[in-house]
Amino acid sequence: MNTEISMTPEIAIANLNQKKDLGLRYYAAWWLGKFRVKTAIAVESLIKALKDEEDRAPDGGFPLRRNAAKALGKLDDLRAVEPLIQCFECDDYYVRESAAQALEMLGDSRAIQPLMNLLDNAVKEDKLTNYAVEQVIGKPYLNQPYEAIIEALGTLFAKNAINLIKPFLEHPTPKIAYAAARAMYQLTDDDVYGEILVTALKGKELQLRRSALMDLGAIGYVKSGEAIGKAYAENSLKLIAMKGLLESQVKKDSTTELSPDTIKLMAIMDSLL
Amino acid sequence: MNTSTIITRVNQLINAVEKADSAPKLYEAVVELANSKSVEAIPTLIQVLGYNNPGAAVAATEGLIALGESVIEPLLRSLDNYNYGARAWAVRVFAGIGDIRALDLLTLSALNDFSLSVRRAATKGLGNLQWHQLSSENIIIIQTQVLETLLVTANDGEWVVRYASIVSLEDLYQSIDSTYQDLLLKIIHTLKEIITIDAEIAIQSRAKLALKKIDNK
Repeated sequence: MNTEISMTPEIAIANLNQKKDLGLRYYAAWWLGKFRVKTAIAVESLIKALKDEEDRAPDGGFPLRRNAAKALGKLDDLRAVEPLIQCFECDDYYVRESAAQALEMLGDSRAIQPLMNLLDNAVKEDKLTNYAVEQVIGKPYLNQPYEAIIEALGTLFAKNAINLIKPFLEHPTPKIAYAAARAMYQLTDDDVYGEILVTALKGKELQLRRSALMDLGAIGYVKSGEAIGKAYAENSLKLIAMKGLLESQVKKDSTTELSPDTIKLMAIMDSLL
Repeated sequence: MNTSTIITRVNQLINAVEKADSAPKLYEAVVELANSKSVEAIPTLIQVLGYNNPGAAVAATEGLIALGESVIEPLLRSLDNYNYGARAWAVRVFAGIGDIRALDLLTLSALNDFSLSVRRAATKGLGNLQWHQLSSENIIIIQTQVLETLLVTANDGEWVVRYASIVSLEDLYQSIDSTYQDLLLKIIHTLKEIITIDAEIAIQSRAKLALKKIDNK
């Protein structure tokens, strides 16, 4: 396999477009995203790879499609929006998940309705259905990538999805419930939802505390600063979360002068270095 | 308690660390040993840095920092045959204590370590050195050297290392004698430059805060 050092955008695109070596194609798709190769030909080749039939995982999935979707999320080219939406038809869970994450990154509102459609069977009369909580038989995942879908809807500011998202606050999978709290905060600005994530910082499992930290950083919930400072997790992650809070606070400040709240957040960050 | 009962107690805590057979037990034993604030605990706490158990390493790091100067010699001696993980934790201990004997290690780590969290901690440590440990004629020589290092780390590719560099530049400014105007102006100039050219709002804001604090001096 080509190493990173000898790889160029031209080679990566050629590797992606050939059919003989599936490993090379898979790596090329990842590489184009990682190094943000935003040329038209890179984007077009990746869009084509979203329909690949050759590369199949033992579980029946489409590894190349997954990587191509992830890469397209990083290339800022809105021509990828419709093809990514079409990925929701794919029966590979991880392709749908990667597509939802990519659409969140691209930030195009055309994705809102198709993302909401993925929640259709999960909510009935403002309650979660069995479909929303049951695992696919023999698989480690649920029927839909709810965490990615809900996070995308929050980021895309899908106000009309509020009634679909709210029931997920009660989802038994904590990370999905956090995603719902995160999105509800983004959509309503109501501190109730930020506080759910603050409470999650005290959870028993490190993975879940980390997840709550990242969510708080992503929504810039300024009131969580002190709780983040005290949370039991790595300082590296706490600093990333605090950076999200700081950016959100600076944007809120009406002047270019530093506000007392901004200074307070930086004092917490200083103590985490 | 008399001296011998205290030592027995510390020995019990050391035993508990050595016998811990799960990550949570190890963590709790290390916290207790660290809380004893006993120099007898130093070798064991240093050993824990090499266990590849982040929770226990954080507790050991905090315990060692609290013990201060007496930790420096044994920790420097243990570094040669250390694994990378232990070395990274040791850098954090040195940064927390700020002993001048760790200057070279902190400088190298701030400039060259591949882990951004180690560069971050080392950079922060450079602003926090115990200047009073130096003779008055040596202080300005070392401060000039530290400033040069910080001017490099202020351009690190990782925002968090740049953030730590600003905090250290501010600390350094506060400890430089006011007769050395050229050094002080260099720090101010660097902070102003960061405010205009850094792409990150968080970094610009921290540089503004540093200038503000310096102005109030």
